[in-house]
Amino acid sequence: MSRSIIISSILHALLIMITAMSLPFLAKKPIDLPPIVSIELIQITDKTNIPFAPKAKKTIEKIKEKEKKLVSEQAPPKKIKKIKPDSVPMPDDEVKKLEKPKEDKQNPEKIDEEIKQVSEFEKDELFDPNNIAALIDKSKEEVAETTKKTNKVTQDQERSVENVGLSLSEEDALKAQIFGCWSIPLGLPYNENLLVRIKLKLKPDGSIISSEILDHARMNKPGQGFYKVLAESALRAIKLCQPLRVPSTGYERWKDLQLNFDAREMLEG
Amino acid sequence: MIKKIFLILIIFFPFNSYGLIKVDITRGNLNPLPLAVSPLAIDDNSKKEFEKILDKKNIGSEISTIVEKNLKTSGLFNPLNKEAFLQKPDIANLKPRFEDWQLIKAQALITGKVSYVDEKLRVEFRLWDILAGREMMALAFTTVPTNWRRVGHIISDKVYERLTGEKGYFDTRIIYVAEEGPKTQRVKKLAIMDQDGFNNKFLTLGNELVLTPRFNRTSQMVTYLSYFRNLPRVYLLDIETGTQEVVGDFPGMTFAPRFSPDGKKIIMSFAKDGNSDIYTMDLESRVVDRITNHPSIDTSPSYSPDGKYISFNSDRSGYQQIYVMDSNGKNVKRISFGNGLYGTPVWSPRGDLIAFTKLHKGKFYIGVMRTDGSGERLLTENFYQEAPSWSPNGRVLIFYRETKTDDKGEGFSAKLWSIDLTGYNERQVKTPTDASDPSWSSLLSN
Repeated sequence: MSRSIIISSILHALLIMITAMSLPFLAKKPIDLPPIVSIELIQITDKTNIPFAPKAKKTIEKIKEKEKKLVSEQAPPKKIKKIKPDSVPMPDDEVKKLEKPKEDKQNPEKIDEEIKQVSEFEKDELFDPNNIAALIDKSKEEVAETTKKTNKVTQDQERSVENVGLSLSEEDALKAQIFGCWSIPLGLPYNENLLVRIKLKLKPDGSIISSEILDHARMNKPGQGFYKVLAESALRAIKLCQPLRVPSTGYERWKDLQLNFDAREMLEG
Repeated sequence: MIKKIFLILIIFFPFNSYGLIKVDITRGNLNPLPLAVSPLAIDDNSKKEFEKILDKKNIGSEISTIVEKNLKTSGLFNPLNKEAFLQKPDIANLKPRFEDWQLIKAQALITGKVSYVDEKLRVEFRLWDILAGREMMALAFTTVPTNWRRVGHIISDKVYERLTGEKGYFDTRIIYVAEEGPKTQRVKKLAIMDQDGFNNKFLTLGNELVLTPRFNRTSQMVTYLSYFRNLPRVYLLDIETGTQEVVGDFPGMTFAPRFSPDGKKIIMSFAKDGNSDIYTMDLESRVVDRITNHPSIDTSPSYSPDGKYISFNSDRSGYQQIYVMDSNGKNVKRISFGNGLYGTPVWSPRGDLIAFTKLHKGKFYIGVMRTDGSGERLLTENFYQEAPSWSPNGRVLIFYRETKTDDKGEGFSAKLWSIDLTGYNERQVKTPTDASDPSWSSLLSN
């Protein structure tokens, strides 16, 4: 009798153990995939300056309270002049405006003053693709003075950006400029391989020292009339556009630039 | 040891090399290209001679006006206002000051000279790339003075081809049916004119009803349908010589004869034993071949430019739709699947598109689709319009449009219109009378 009770209790204990061990695996939630979000394509700067949503205000305030205790030894934040939305932004103002978020990371107390819904209109006013690189550069200097640890990280990031090529916003600015200058010859066939590659040597201000068509020999071959027409239209576009909208820093990385002109997408309609 | 140090150096040495940055430009603008058409320079002696012969004060500026108008109507160019020009024609012709033309935002410049040489008109013209600062093309030709309008058209074609990459369509003619009189008693004559509406001529007197004139793509020959003693007759007309020839008498329901791309055959539809099918006729042997054999109504055949396929419309599915088949009548395939009725398919001279008329919810549309039926695009919508015909380069369509008759039975008119493939550049082609059934010739000069 007692033997069977022991066996039973052992088996019960075993069963409970197995259940206890296996349950967490059974209860494991499926992989939490983020919902699909529709994305609007906008020009992205290297330094993000997103207007704060009202929801974010609460979160930021919470963080602020936590951080207050931690950063209490730090110097009090600088007072920042509020810029009236309809005042004309001077070049200096723009620098300050774009610097702020960087500083906020260090010192969240400032965020409170910064929180306001920035309208699209204001964003446009502040956005100047020609000045972005200059702003990034200045902000780097500022950050270097204040914190050394984070500086190391940002420098590494900068280097990787330099080695890869133009940033998205820099490339977009350049593309947008050339899109406007390039009159596509509409008679070209869309089903032929017509890609014109042009290598440019640029001055620091974006004007062109020399332009060279990489498949130059194809220009004068018989039966390549379409290629010639496309190449000439591309050269006209570059001439019309110069000085090109290039970043104002990092001349070394973009002094040689290759533009690939491909009209198929447009011609196909 | 040295190797190890070398290896460590290689691994940890911060390389700072820059790869060539490549940027893909896949979009551009479709704005018309700004260009300057400088009046052709002319010396005093030639001016006097041409004034005597042609009764035109300055033939140089007359020719440049033709070029300007042609390029503007194409929708691809924006000729700049002559008043803004800084350089005079006679100097610009020698060597343009590119800076002056850049100032007025011209990207290309046309200059030239007209002279009277051995009782003939001699024209030299040059096309300049203003931004590159170089000559793109220089040509000269000599012709009889009365041909001066064609000189303007030929210059337009050459410039168009050099700048867009495809052949022009300006040195061409349009044949059409000129209509006069009230709707119930229309007098229909065959008429021909230049593509810009000038040099209009009537080819028939209007005693008999004429229908569906169609140009031969390889020569200045036209085929058309005319009723003789209430029976349709297919004619051939040589535009150059004016000679006319009867191809044959056909049964009652004969429609739309059209040439094969090599010009050796005529393809049409007629009803035999009450059943409309598609037939071809060899113009040399006059042998008639039956292409389709189906109890439904098959009409409006049109060859592909390589002659391998035929498009036509048929109601074999219950509604009128567009079909494509091999030139021997095999492999019939329906290609139109949209809502509404589809008719008058015409294969583009480039071979890539088929133009058609569509009737949907009481409206008529002119549209294009790829030869497999995909990519349908409706270019224009109206109360009544039909019979599209392609320009020889396959970029523009000409068709006719009728206006609604009011309650009193008045206000009816039929006019020719053209539209390009973008669908934006729609224009009326002016004709002295009402007009229908246009057909565009191939280029007169190559």
